[in-house]
Amino acid sequence: MRMVRFVDAETRAVVQGITGRQGRFHTRLMLEYGTKIVAGVTPGKGGETVEGVPVYDTVAEALDRHQVDASIIFVPAPYAPDAVYEALDAELNPIVVITEGIPLRDEMEMVARAMRRGITIVGPNTPGVIKVGECKLGIMPARVFTRGRVGVISRSGTLTYEIADHISRIGLGESTCVGLGGDPITGLDFIDALRWFEEDPETEAVVLIGEIGGDAEERAADFIAEGGFTKPAVAYIAGRTAKPGKRMGHAGAIIQGSRGTAQSKMEALEAAGVSVAERPSDVARLLKALLG
Amino acid sequence: MRLLEWEAKSVFRDYGIPVPEGRVASTPGEARIIAEEIDRPVAVKAQIPVGGRGKAGGILFAETPEEAEEAAGRLLGSRVRGVEVKEVLVERRLALEGELYLGVAVDRGSRAYTALATSEGGVEIEEVAARTPERIIRLTIDPLEGLRPHHARWLVKQIGLVGRRMLEAADILLRLYRLAVEMDAELTEINPLALTPEGLTAADARLNVDDNALFRHRDLLERFGGSELLGLTQREREARRLGLTYVELDGEIGVIGNGAGLTMATLDTVQLYGGRPANFLDLGGGAPADRVEAAVSFLLTDPKVEALFINILGGITRCDDVARGIIAARERAGAWKPVVVRMIGTREEEGRRLLEEAGIHCLDSMEEAAERVVSLIGGR
Repeated sequence: MRMVRFVDAETRAVVQGITGRQGRFHTRLMLEYGTKIVAGVTPGKGGETVEGVPVYDTVAEALDRHQVDASIIFVPAPYAPDAVYEALDAELNPIVVITEGIPLRDEMEMVARAMRRGITIVGPNTPGVIKVGECKLGIMPARVFTRGRVGVISRSGTLTYEIADHISRIGLGESTCVGLGGDPITGLDFIDALRWFEEDPETEAVVLIGEIGGDAEERAADFIAEGGFTKPAVAYIAGRTAKPGKRMGHAGAIIQGSRGTAQSKMEALEAAGVSVAERPSDVARLLKALLG
Repeated sequence: MRLLEWEAKSVFRDYGIPVPEGRVASTPGEARIIAEEIDRPVAVKAQIPVGGRGKAGGILFAETPEEAEEAAGRLLGSRVRGVEVKEVLVERRLALEGELYLGVAVDRGSRAYTALATSEGGVEIEEVAARTPERIIRLTIDPLEGLRPHHARWLVKQIGLVGRRMLEAADILLRLYRLAVEMDAELTEINPLALTPEGLTAADARLNVDDNALFRHRDLLERFGGSELLGLTQREREARRLGLTYVELDGEIGVIGNGAGLTMATLDTVQLYGGRPANFLDLGGGAPADRVEAAVSFLLTDPKVEALFINILGGITRCDDVARGIIAARERAGAWKPVVVRMIGTREEEGRRLLEEAGIHCLDSMEEAAERVVSLIGGR
């Protein structure tokens, strides 16, 4: 069984690709949130500082000077795999890969290497992971989250913010939220995350936010039906109106053959005892009914 | 990027995978010349990026060069499965003794390439999977180990091949795997792999290259390029030129969202309230005002769009940028249409103020906004 590691108030992180536009911007927002960003890495920019954070040429140098646990990567797609391998060599865990557009072949290889070492990769193409009120290792807007009882696992960014906003407003709040990533190959799937939330004492229920393409939601439904996850669960699946063979934005969101339709995912989840919401705002109402 | 059959076959040739003698033609006269060169009965095959071509009449057979010319004349310019045929592949007709299937595809579940084989070649693999799933043999390939010759022999043996044919098929599978890795294939298939008296031949070829990997396959774009646009509608091609992530649908409500998941959820919600979305259009993350303007203007020029629904959840995207884009599009537009905007998040107050000043009202809830836009066009 694979061990998954997320983040908390103690997590100290390095930002790889800190001097780019996105890296810089989100370093500031993460620091404002209270995340312990202790160092940044950009090859060739060693010696600079970004938002008061010292920048190094290599991850190894950052490790010589600082205690570091985790990494968040903003490096452009052609160079992102090497950044991931550098973080893996330094045994940073988890490694959050924000980068969009990494080739599938590289994703397969980096995920295989991480699995072999027991290291969690969040993403690629993810908004990241947040333990609400403690640590935000990602690009999600902080204002939609309120510390509370619900865990969120999602394949989509803005839709997560939409649903988290409702969960916050209804008074339940969130414990930890993780974006699996929009690509066909990701380090985590729903099952890995469900196992973690099953053990998390601060999570009383989870929300699964899925979309068309692949069969990760169906496999999660099997896992729940077999008793692998026992807390209340609510799901929302995007893409009922999607046409087979047409890619709906995400590289992962495409219906191929008869597999991966919203219908098949919703049916599988319902059969496993998961409450499936029709509209994004219904998620919070269903949770409220389940948790009281 | 989905290559056409003749393009995939030319890559197969690079990798030493046997394919029938033949060439591509874009006029009936060229088809005739190719058939003369081959000097045997030929197959004339429509080159379109969709499956089920044979059943739809996209493959014709010809005994003579004259018949090949006539067959090409019938196919070229016609529509097969909704796609206009611009090229035909003219190739030697095979004496089939049997049809197999070999494929290598990215498997999301195991996060690895999977090699697939079945003795039920010649029909779509999804059909075989639905009807006789036990006939499909799968082998997950460890990304760090690769496919070894003994794996390949094991796999082709499972589909009933023995002796020389087993060795031949294993060799083809190894080449196909190397091709998949080196060409960054999402999927590559030989269906059918024809059993002929002269040996095994790839009678058809499929190769879908991962779009995210095209930066390291510039040569492919130079060699082929244009075919990528074949499966798209006129408006989808235009959107691509404008750099918009757009899929055309059949309804009357134009939809713009930010983020694929939120945009899909917006379409679903519109439909739930009885409306029909005209499209999927995802602004992506952090869209500047000019991209918003381009997206709004683009939907305004679609005659089937009767009203617009713009749904924005500002994270990286700023609501004030979105508002400026909408206002700029209106100033430029020849004909304005009813627009419902739902916008929350980063710089929401500023964005709303700009829209209100321009007389465009802004809603808080996605459901409320969906209901509003449907009622605007009379809820058909």
